[in-house]
Amino acid sequence: MTTVSIRAPGISPPATTKARRRIRTRLPAAFALLPTALVVLVVYIGCMLWTVRLSFTSSTLLPKLDWVGLAQYSRLFANDRFLTSAENIVIFGALFISGCLILGFLLAVFIDQNVRGEGIFRTLFLYPYAMSFVVTGVAWQWFLNPGLGLQKLVRDMGFESFTFDWLVNQDMAIYTIVIAGLWHGSGLTMAILLAGLRGVDEDLWKAARVDGIPTWRVYTSIVLPLLRPMVVTATVLLATGVVKLYELVVAMTLGGPGIATEVPAKFVMDHLFERNNIALGTAAATIMLIAVVSVLAPWVYARYVRPQGRHA
Amino acid sequence: MRLKTRVSAYTLSAALIWSSGALSQQMKAEVLHWWTSAGESAAVKVFADQFTKAGGTWVDNAIAGGANARTAGINRMVGGNPPTMMQFNTGKQFDELVSNDLVRDVDKLAQAGKWRELMPKPIVDASVREGKFFAVPVNIHGQNWLFYNTKIFADAGLEPPKTFPELVASGEKLKARGIIPLALGGQPNWEHNLFRAVLVGHGGADMFRKLYGARDQQAVKSPKFKETVELFGKMRGLVDSGSPGRNWNDATALVITNKAAMHFNGDWAKGEFIAAGQTAGKEYGCALVGDGGGKLVIGGDVFVFPTTKDKNQLATQDKLIEVLLDPTSQIEFNKKKGSIPVRMDVDVSSMDVCAQKSHAVLKDPANQVEAMELLSTPNFSGAMQDAVTQYWNNANMSADAFIEKIVGAMRDAS
Repeated sequence: MTTVSIRAPGISPPATTKARRRIRTRLPAAFALLPTALVVLVVYIGCMLWTVRLSFTSSTLLPKLDWVGLAQYSRLFANDRFLTSAENIVIFGALFISGCLILGFLLAVFIDQNVRGEGIFRTLFLYPYAMSFVVTGVAWQWFLNPGLGLQKLVRDMGFESFTFDWLVNQDMAIYTIVIAGLWHGSGLTMAILLAGLRGVDEDLWKAARVDGIPTWRVYTSIVLPLLRPMVVTATVLLATGVVKLYELVVAMTLGGPGIATEVPAKFVMDHLFERNNIALGTAAATIMLIAVVSVLAPWVYARYVRPQGRHA
Repeated sequence: MRLKTRVSAYTLSAALIWSSGALSQQMKAEVLHWWTSAGESAAVKVFADQFTKAGGTWVDNAIAGGANARTAGINRMVGGNPPTMMQFNTGKQFDELVSNDLVRDVDKLAQAGKWRELMPKPIVDASVREGKFFAVPVNIHGQNWLFYNTKIFADAGLEPPKTFPELVASGEKLKARGIIPLALGGQPNWEHNLFRAVLVGHGGADMFRKLYGARDQQAVKSPKFKETVELFGKMRGLVDSGSPGRNWNDATALVITNKAAMHFNGDWAKGEFIAAGQTAGKEYGCALVGDGGGKLVIGGDVFVFPTTKDKNQLATQDKLIEVLLDPTSQIEFNKKKGSIPVRMDVDVSSMDVCAQKSHAVLKDPANQVEAMELLSTPNFSGAMQDAVTQYWNNANMSADAFIEKIVGAMRDAS
């Protein structure tokens, strides 16, 4: 291989070599990243823009590139089902994330007490996470069905007046989805937080013991703040689960009774693929995107943008 | 460079094998459909066998779930790699494929075969666009059959109901005997199916067409419609508490196992009774409920033929159409599918009593009511389904509030 050196007036030779070396080391890296970058640009960003564009059209079965302004959005916000979906995802999101964190933390603390058979418990708690949401949904549907599951079992044991019909009760059905979600997600949260707990310095515990601080106080005031990165990780993982909530609902209630457990993702899927209404479906998808971005933006700003600003 | 040569050599040889294969296979038909359950795949096998007998090669491409299959098929058509023939439900699902010239006009064959005379008018209308056949109907499904358990009715000393007020009255009596009067798969589409059965039975065929077809707001504000809606509301008391979320076949099973007395469903539910070893007219009966003997809401399945310039493919498609409408394959296919032949001129005496009843009812054009899928866009049907499931599941919702929602759906849905 021959190297042609170009001497530009005013630039000293060492600087050119340095720049060239930098390019030479970076070029393979850039090449290696190119496919990923393309995928991100075309598949993620491209499809996102395409979706947003379609939401301003009157497309039904096939995409059509006309312009109807915000008509689909005004339809969307007049739609009972979408409004119920939005409300449900907020209820589910709040209860699911906070519930998983609390349960997960308690389970992690429990295992952290050096219980005998720790391995068994850890596996047991983590097992639900290995199930798909569809399996989880079907299992809980059977378990909570008043004619088949828990209610029948307790009644057969002699408690005739026992009633637990949340699954078929319009006002309570969404909470059964939360219960199934908690069962599924707590184990993972436990695993993440347990890893954090194991990383806490033994000396801290010793110092706290010397000072006579009660154990619960150590957990809440010292250990929990130390676990902040783990809590953030768990929250982000759980939050993605909230946004894409779909299979669990389809398997458990199919959005029913009535429209009591509809969620935005199901609204989008139904309108795109069953109701030949691409425009309304993409409008709903766009609203979901806006919601996610508006939740994420302050966090990204606080985490990545502001600290740099302060240092500069 | 070397890699490139090798790759192109592979492609070339693959292409050669492909084209020589195509030459030797005179009639190779790739058929995309969603008939995947046991009874359905047995039914589609009738067509496959007949086509093979006629010298063709049937490449079966079954995709589970109607929506999935349609999405896959439409994507392939738009992408320029269509199957030879593809299933749709009779109705509006393929409207845009016609307007975008993606499916073939088969009117020449229709005229030669006198389809317009042989098939019920609603089915013809649903397959014809701009005066030409663009789809080949293969069967007729009745959607509003009442299946009832003969033993339960005999034990209670009751006759199967003829009208909906009668049905509610005998339902109350059955409930007092500790029997589930009405088995319902409490999923939105089955609740909607029940609503349509009540609408066509009590409100009448005309009102049914005005709601789903013309979207006539005056019709839904009429006293008769309100009466129908209230009657439908009363039926909430006839289902058991385990109904929400139940699958339709589990609901059918309640009738089979003597737990429930009645069940509304399409004639595809017969497959469940047959699988349980029961015979129509013996353990279970089928009836149409409604004023004046009841009307039959009919839909079914069609095949469309994606446009192609390939002469060979065109000939294959012609052959397929011939096979689909052949009297023998019509009878055998529909026996397995639970539907009835789309041709009214075939002899149905070898079919079960329910199928014979269907055939007899449809002889009178006044009894033929086109299904929702034939009248309404998927979007409006979906909006109606949302309204019905809200009304059905919320006992506190008034008939007026429900009617208000329907008017809203008529206005907003495209």
